[in-house]
Amino acid sequence: MSNPAADPPTADWPLFEVFIRSRSGLEHKHVGSLHAADARMAIEHARDVYTRRLEGVSIWVVRSAQILASDPAEADALFEPARDKVYRHPTFYAIPDEVKNL
Amino acid sequence: MSAKAAAPVQGDRALSEALFRYVLRLADTSLVLGQRLGEWIGYAPALEEDLGLANLALDLIGQARLLLTYAAEIEGVGRDEDALAFLRDAPEFLNLTLAEQPNGDFAHTIVRQWLIDAWQLEVYESLTGSADTRLAAIAAKALKETRYHYRFSSGWLVRLGDGTAESQARAQQAVDSLWRFTEELFTPDEIDERMAAASIAPQLAAAAERWVRRVDEDLRRATLVRPAPQPHPWHGKRGVHTEHLGHLLGEMQHLQRTYPGASW
Repeated sequence: MSNPAADPPTADWPLFEVFIRSRSGLEHKHVGSLHAADARMAIEHARDVYTRRLEGVSIWVVRSAQILASDPAEADALFEPARDKVYRHPTFYAIPDEVKNL
Repeated sequence: MSAKAAAPVQGDRALSEALFRYVLRLADTSLVLGQRLGEWIGYAPALEEDLGLANLALDLIGQARLLLTYAAEIEGVGRDEDALAFLRDAPEFLNLTLAEQPNGDFAHTIVRQWLIDAWQLEVYESLTGSADTRLAAIAAKALKETRYHYRFSSGWLVRLGDGTAESQARAQQAVDSLWRFTEELFTPDEIDERMAAASIAPQLAAAAERWVRRVDEDLRRATLVRPAPQPHPWHGKRGVHTEHLGHLLGEMQHLQRTYPGASW
């Protein structure tokens, strides 16, 4: 994938994914997507579209085309094997009463 | 906060009258420009710009509300912000002539916005140090909004000017067409001088220099040309308007004029 800043101008604005941090210390969360000519405009649009009601203190944007997504057709191979491994949840184990801090 | 305690005009009727008119100029410029931007809602080139322009409009109308409320207190004859916004006729409006100019195409709207944003940046920035503490507080709030407005409009100015042949031509056309209204921005009259003498408002000459530097730099980045200075027969801030304001007020005031006192 090329540098988005170097992309040639197109008639249609590319799509950006928007991530908003609602408070300092919290993580940025995906809130949606929007169209913009470039990253700077995407930040401005994200401000106008997604933070009008004081939803955030920080914005990340990333070109949607630059996100590599898992293939839904591979979902079985990727996710099914975890289904029968409940012992990976910490709550699977009984904690002895003697253990005060864990 | 009480208006009388905030303003250094107590007991000076002439100064109080001048302050009333000065605050109305600021208020009406924001109100009229906000109403103009509102006309874009549903028509902007993209959904995102539609929301962006509406946000600017709401900021400006919010500024107008604070300023009109203050103006009404200074006047002290029982009018409130709504009476001032909806029940005055065009000759009583004191907005800059530039603010009432029609939207035209998107480039026209952006150039008008950018010229006024750059003006408000200078004026509000100076007003944060006003001897009138109420005005200083309003300016401090408005300044934060105006910084974003300017970021938005100057960004678009550069995109359009330094964009395609079509966008450049339209941006230059808008600059050429609106430039004649800029002379009024910094031409002081007796009210401006009175406000400056009382340390309430800035000396316009100093603000004008900064405005010209900023505007020239933006034009350079946008590869646009500054037109020659043009004399201005318009004096919106003295209540002498172009025909466009009457139509704007007709729409803006229609509801209150038809159903006085209507609210929801």
